[in-house]
Amino acid sequence: MTGAKALIHALEKEGVDVVFGLPGGANLPIYDALVGANLRHVLVRHEQSAAHMADGYARIKRKAGVCFATSGPGATNIVTGLATAYADSSPVVAVTGQVPLAMIGKDAFQETDIIGISNPCTKYAFQPRTAVEIPETVKKAFYISESGRPGPVLVDIPKDVQQATADMHFPDLIKVRGYNPTTDADMSEIGRAVELLLKAERPIIMAGGGVILSGAFPELQALAELMMIPVVTTFKGKGAFPENHPLAMGPIGMHGHAEANKIILEADCILAVGARFSDRSVGRFDEFGKGMSIIHMDIDPAEIGKNKSVDVAIVGDVKSSLRTLVKWLSKKITKRDAEDPWLRRRKELIQYYQETIKDYPREITAKKSIKKLRELLPANAIATTEVGQCQMWASLHFDVITPGTFFSSTGLGTMGFGFPASIGAKAARPQVPVVDIAGDGSFNMTENSLAVSVLEKLPVIVFLMNNYMLGMVAQWQRTFYNRRYSGVHQHRCPDYVKIAEAYGAQGIRAQSMAELENAIKTALKSDVATVIDIPIDPDEDVYPFVAPGSSLKDMITGA
Amino acid sequence: MSQNGSWYIVSALVENKPGVLFRITNLFRARNFNIDSITVGITEQPDLSRMTITTKSDEKTLDQLVKQLRKLIDVVEVKVLDTDKSVFRELALIKMKAVDPTTRSEIMNYASVFRGNIIDIGKETMTVEITGTPDKIDAFKSLVEQYGITQLARTGVSALPRGAEL
Repeated sequence: MTGAKALIHALEKEGVDVVFGLPGGANLPIYDALVGANLRHVLVRHEQSAAHMADGYARIKRKAGVCFATSGPGATNIVTGLATAYADSSPVVAVTGQVPLAMIGKDAFQETDIIGISNPCTKYAFQPRTAVEIPETVKKAFYISESGRPGPVLVDIPKDVQQATADMHFPDLIKVRGYNPTTDADMSEIGRAVELLLKAERPIIMAGGGVILSGAFPELQALAELMMIPVVTTFKGKGAFPENHPLAMGPIGMHGHAEANKIILEADCILAVGARFSDRSVGRFDEFGKGMSIIHMDIDPAEIGKNKSVDVAIVGDVKSSLRTLVKWLSKKITKRDAEDPWLRRRKELIQYYQETIKDYPREITAKKSIKKLRELLPANAIATTEVGQCQMWASLHFDVITPGTFFSSTGLGTMGFGFPASIGAKAARPQVPVVDIAGDGSFNMTENSLAVSVLEKLPVIVFLMNNYMLGMVAQWQRTFYNRRYSGVHQHRCPDYVKIAEAYGAQGIRAQSMAELENAIKTALKSDVATVIDIPIDPDEDVYPFVAPGSSLKDMITGA
Repeated sequence: MSQNGSWYIVSALVENKPGVLFRITNLFRARNFNIDSITVGITEQPDLSRMTITTKSDEKTLDQLVKQLRKLIDVVEVKVLDTDKSVFRELALIKMKAVDPTTRSEIMNYASVFRGNIIDIGKETMTVEITGTPDKIDAFKSLVEQYGITQLARTGVSALPRGAEL
């Protein structure tokens, strides 16, 4: 068996049903081995999108997504996708072709040191030097990528190693000496957490992306309902908890919900579950959590104390830690009732900001559009976003009802992520509608994936809030640079309806709320991708806003 | 990250294969960890290398350094050595200007007090090999600076826990 055939067989053994990729000189043997293989290949138009598709697939399927690229530029094109997956702990296995062994280090045509380049943005990178290593390497790649705190893994295979033949052995189990992810939490730490939570008068749960990664939705909800305490999330954790739940308060952070940013500062005990206290979520590390006790649950020991010193640290899979915590607490707790002052405060804050934050005065606005979208989408629809104002509006106004149906490039903030990632999500769960809540600036970056969506019959909805601006940059220039605009105008170019049509997709322009409603309904019935072009006012800002480097208490509400 | 704080010795067992040193030093660069010295060599097990890292750091940064090292797939074990319960040594080669006989005999005296060896004598230079803790090497260096050090090479610290401790 050749190395290339062994690779494909090993992928089939891992249960991979789809691979996103683009061929080139150094991975020709792999593409040859794909002919007749028992897995689907989705041909992309740019390798960056292949990595984002694999990422989107992984986030919905909760197992590794796979992408292929050739050596040199093919490999460097996936780096943004790997960095995106790394920042958001998403399991992606990338397989790149490499120049033949004897050419490595000779500056050969399309040679690049992708092992070196990808090092800071992968969990690990392999370069098998003999064909016989390939089955074990693939097994290890999936194990490392999917277990513990997930992340991207690269497998770089020199062309002659793909071509060489060997007697292959496909292991079912694998051990990696230096890699032993913690899963079960330390019980004594859970005991201390119980004490702190019972003592607290104003406890709050801050749920992060770890809850989504471990699928700990029922456990989180059980804990919140047992204690009857408010739940905020980080942006990465958005949708870890149903946002229409009577205890939900939505995301905190730079563009978090005002009431969430306010209430977390009033808490006396924070239970952070699978969250990493990023600057984007908590503002200044030194100001956040002052005078409160903090309990931190995470699977990654290195997250404990990285940004924030905590009182109790529970290292382990948050799903099992939460389950134990619920079991221990349920014996000791007396339930709060709705008249509890802390729960009353929650209601008060929500009401206050509902009345204070004014709607932008236009017939069609980002906020109204997104609320309409939510109203018309089924609860189990999947939503992802591009990056910028569109992303933050989605965070603020798109309530996730079914946990785990929302994701975004929250860590790296990769423009152009949402559209290909939505195609990957559609491949993972074809039976539900998938929407990319987009802005024109980001959509420009990967819009050629329309070809993939149409030809591969993976129809998604691009919900394009179009201000022909790099809107978030423009907002910062309005706020911090005295309205001196620089490099943000897109000058009404291109026509997105025509772009959609050029690819054989459906393009609809919606200039009123009535037109928008029709467009969404049409898109939901369509069997090709639909781009809904929604012209919005370029002066519409995202509020609230916590300026970078300041603390949550200095939130600007725009009121 | 920090110029203040205490001096620590971190001992790591790592996979003995290509690219491991790169991964570790790249981590230090990316996370802004400052290290004083790093040594790598084979161990009693042929597939493992021992890496000894010395760093001046505060406790919080040290904690992160250790945790981030442990996260690396190629790193099998990481320990912060207690300097009171460990043996640690560094080797230095120091070449000095030594033309006149008085200087030469002074250098030979100092070297003998510090249990160093004269390993090379040229027409105008002498080279001393000295082994010990970094402090001892610093002390010797400052003693012979007056003669004019023309070249100096230090290995960085190698360390092991004392006695039966692993």
